[in-house]
Amino acid sequence: MNTDSKPLNTAASKPGKTELAEMFRKFIDPQFVITDEETLKPYECDGLSMYCVMPLLVVLPETVEQVQQVMRLCHQFAIPVVARGAGTGLSAGAMPDAGGVVLSLAKFNRILHIDPLARSARLQSGVRNLAISEAAADYGLYYGPDPSSQIACTIGGNVGENSGGVHCLKYGLTTHNILSVEMVTVDGERVMIGSDGLDSCGMDLLALITGSEGLLGIITEVQVKLLPTQEIARVVMAGFGTVDEAGAAVGGIIAQGIIPAGLEMMDSHAIIAVEAFTGAGYPVEAAALLLCEVDGTKEEVQEHIEKAEALFRDFGATSIRTSKDDAERALLWKGRKNAFPAMGRISPDYYCMDGTIPRAHLGQVLNEMQDMSKRFGLRVANVFHAGDGNLHPLILFDANKEGELERAEAFGSDILELCVKVGGCITGEHGVGVEKIRQMPMQFTDPEIEQLNAVKSAFDPLGTLNPGKGVPTLRNCQEYRAINAKPQAPEVQHA
Amino acid sequence: MPDITKHLQQQISEARNQGHKLAIVGGGSKQFMGRKINAVQLDVGGHTGIVDYQPLELVLTVRAGTPLSEIETALAEKNQMLSFEPPCFGDRSTIGGTLACNQSGPGRPWWNSVRDQVLGVNLINGKGEKLRFGGQVMKNVAGYDVSRTQAGAMGTLGVMTEISLKVLPRPAITMTLSREMEHSEAIRFMNARAAEPKPLSGACWLDGTLYLRLSGAHSAVEATAKHWDIPVMTDGDTFWRQLRNQQLDFFAGEQPLWRFSINSSAATPPLKGPWLLDWAGSQRWYRGDSEMATMEALAEKAGGQVSLYRGGNRTGEVMHHQQPALQTIQKRLKHSFDPDALFNPGRLYSWL
Repeated sequence: MNTDSKPLNTAASKPGKTELAEMFRKFIDPQFVITDEETLKPYECDGLSMYCVMPLLVVLPETVEQVQQVMRLCHQFAIPVVARGAGTGLSAGAMPDAGGVVLSLAKFNRILHIDPLARSARLQSGVRNLAISEAAADYGLYYGPDPSSQIACTIGGNVGENSGGVHCLKYGLTTHNILSVEMVTVDGERVMIGSDGLDSCGMDLLALITGSEGLLGIITEVQVKLLPTQEIARVVMAGFGTVDEAGAAVGGIIAQGIIPAGLEMMDSHAIIAVEAFTGAGYPVEAAALLLCEVDGTKEEVQEHIEKAEALFRDFGATSIRTSKDDAERALLWKGRKNAFPAMGRISPDYYCMDGTIPRAHLGQVLNEMQDMSKRFGLRVANVFHAGDGNLHPLILFDANKEGELERAEAFGSDILELCVKVGGCITGEHGVGVEKIRQMPMQFTDPEIEQLNAVKSAFDPLGTLNPGKGVPTLRNCQEYRAINAKPQAPEVQHA
Repeated sequence: MPDITKHLQQQISEARNQGHKLAIVGGGSKQFMGRKINAVQLDVGGHTGIVDYQPLELVLTVRAGTPLSEIETALAEKNQMLSFEPPCFGDRSTIGGTLACNQSGPGRPWWNSVRDQVLGVNLINGKGEKLRFGGQVMKNVAGYDVSRTQAGAMGTLGVMTEISLKVLPRPAITMTLSREMEHSEAIRFMNARAAEPKPLSGACWLDGTLYLRLSGAHSAVEATAKHWDIPVMTDGDTFWRQLRNQQLDFFAGEQPLWRFSINSSAATPPLKGPWLLDWAGSQRWYRGDSEMATMEALAEKAGGQVSLYRGGNRTGEVMHHQQPALQTIQKRLKHSFDPDALFNPGRLYSWL
């Protein structure tokens, strides 16, 4: 079959850094072709700063045509390209390649069109997530997926990571909330995937692109669906004496036929840290806490809040508090939203994991994690999306103490292995990136990995788009399996 | 029912060795869709049964040949449903065919599509390998989303053997409102109602009448009906079932049936003949003879795409054309899953 790849220049003719920068400066404003060490420094990592690499250079194109030219040049010389939005990713998915170009989409920050009647918005890929809802608010609409980083993260990055957030239990992930993307292929073609309609003919490439971590193309534009802003939202906060009771209550509320707008859980470590940080009025004596938000019409919310309160009591809640107005609702969420910075008060460093499990195993997994905590000699706090079974264990450690970082990584790997063992997966929303590539063989067999690599090749035959991320090579899989996929660290037995 | 995965793998290997092409058939109820192909039938209709159903998890795992009727009966016992309301073209419609053809019913804009509700699939690729992608959890970004890519691929990427889906609770109450309304006003009206935070779950226009469906908590549905002040229709459930299963008079007859998937608020293309507007205007059905190229131009003007859904010339292209670069990617994808082009060759496009 014809794979239509253009012939490449030989490695011998590959341009060096200076030569390449000069080529870019012919069509990109020279100030946006960055080559000096000091200005390159902020690009050496994304939100997961334990993985750092200095790129060859960084370009900040301002038009799609410039992106196309960058891609054509890089394709011609087989130079790696790593696309980057706001750099808020947490799995080193936007970590540069030492011999490659970082293509920043920071200049693509315009909201192109809002269609209030059709309830959609067309955006350049560097538009911030929260800015979409702010712009749509005038029409009584908003954009559903609300990752914790929504103040800073961009819609292009959201597509790359298939981002979710507190409200995705009811309103879905990015993949459920986009209509189309404009993408530049690895060889510089500008293509439109999807349309204004709810589906399109042919293979669902939009599904493949969403969550592909920048390995299949450069997203320059996204069309999103907008949702009507609900009449009212209220939140019930319930404290429980055990994590098992709270876990059971999560299933219980779904069984009632209620899909909450958000259903979040914290364990005792998190409750104590967060309460000290925010003073939101959380029950510090509770072993677990649920925050359950219900939204809809006034009548529906009233009906469901009453049901939720009664159900939490039936499942053994030791305390219940329901927001009376938006100010109180915001206060109750304040703790959850500040949970990660709150950890800074009780630990110098933390390592945030991201695995998903079937909800029925919540209690079991949380309890097993506490056993692991003793084994590794590191505390673990849990703040997570209980309704989706998406865990975010925060492993607390001190990077200045010898061996603690390695123990934290090994602990994290064991947690992910446990997630897979109970029927879950190694990453719910943060992506694989570099961070979890060693764990991919836990979830996939060799033929599956081979198939995923073949999918990549269909878009990127030379493998120059964000190389070394997302999917390991088969050779690497075998190496990871040989070392049991885990970072090697001694386990510590507590007295 | 027995697991016939190994038997299917064996048949695939034999076809590969003997150079046969395979036409994947489940219940055979959607044979009218796609292009006509000439291949040996691979029957997956015997691969049936619910593998796992966890109502508290809202997750169902079934073999791909399982009839929709069997699935819906099991879900109804737990007061749950397939929220994408798949069309049933007779008793033999299967979940595998529903996903492969990306079929969703009237509730799709509010309750998501079959594609959206898929969590994972097991499939056999053209090398006869049994592969699993996705899983049974709501959030999973490990690897590429191969599961949802099956939606609309019409079996060209492999033989699906098992599908995991998100299911939803059935709404406490459903009510249908209807009133006479002119076509273009209906488009505006349906979209305006869909932009309100009300429990809308269906919006359709046919033969000068607008139909709106409300679903949810008793209090919310009743308050919305009162607020909108549109007459309540008796036996509305029958209307939506007939719409979903394409049993309304509109769908009967020999005229080719075209499906437009377009901007919900776009003006309807100027074609003489009957129209049915569903999904608040995002899915529009037209009956009449026309050329594919003409229809594509009209669909693009309305922001979307068109397919020749039923009838007409099924030896030519029946799906909206692809940009050359996307055509190349889809050819390569097909090759990556099915290097010998065994599965449904030409069913989706002549070049695939």
